[in-house]
Amino acid sequence: MAEFMDPQKDGTEIPLKDPFVAGFLAWMVPGMGHFYQGRTAKGALYLVCILGTFVYGLYLSGSSQVGWGRAVYMSFRTNDLRLPWLCQIGVGLPTLPLTLLQSNFVGHGQTPMWNGFMAPPELEFPEANAFRNEPAAHKSLSEIQRMLPQYFEMGTVYTMIAGLLNILAIYDACCGPVPAEMGRKEEDDPTDDSNANLEKTA
Amino acid sequence: MTNIINLWFAAPLVVSVSLVYAATRHEDGGAILHHALRVAGWIVSFMAIIFGILWMVSSQVS
Repeated sequence: MAEFMDPQKDGTEIPLKDPFVAGFLAWMVPGMGHFYQGRTAKGALYLVCILGTFVYGLYLSGSSQVGWGRAVYMSFRTNDLRLPWLCQIGVGLPTLPLTLLQSNFVGHGQTPMWNGFMAPPELEFPEANAFRNEPAAHKSLSEIQRMLPQYFEMGTVYTMIAGLLNILAIYDACCGPVPAEMGRKEEDDPTDDSNANLEKTA
Repeated sequence: MTNIINLWFAAPLVVSVSLVYAATRHEDGGAILHHALRVAGWIVSFMAIIFGILWMVSSQVS
């Protein structure tokens, strides 16, 4: 397997191994791509920060009455276009398979698994008030929001940010750290040797 | 008062966003922490400015 080494400004080289495998692993589980590359400290940092944010979002957007993780679900139904899901799937394995499965259950009129964990809520219907004592898996979106005032939205924000942060981690696994200071210095100094070398190779 | 207490929900987000952002810029742990502190400062300052503006607007309206 070809090893790609990314030279940093201080001369150290980072073993990126196979960038595509690392990127895919980083998408599946935050930090996993970095563990694969042997960058364990950064992998642990990404795992704790991103997965911690995601899990806290799941906790905020649920309760024993309505089920846990209700802010993370896939729905492209009329009146329920769940665009935050596109950000949430940035976390990968903890989100994508289960949301697809639960959405499939609800789409076929079946009861979702695990007390409605990451399952799309029932759509609003006129006689909703008559079904207050339904199991968590059959709660409607408005009922969930009523029972979790503000926390449903906070859970949505937390899980969305976790997904978006993991995109940065995927980039880091594929290409190494962005040398921001070095890039700025090169822009400022047109006579820099590294720029001249780039022009020659082009 | 409840809204001010709710601001504490931003704290874990500021910590994780600044740490992850800084980690995508550096490989060394010390550099990551230093950059994360700078980013967290920027985020908190930006939030404070927006908070101040909204506070003034709301006090003018009510």
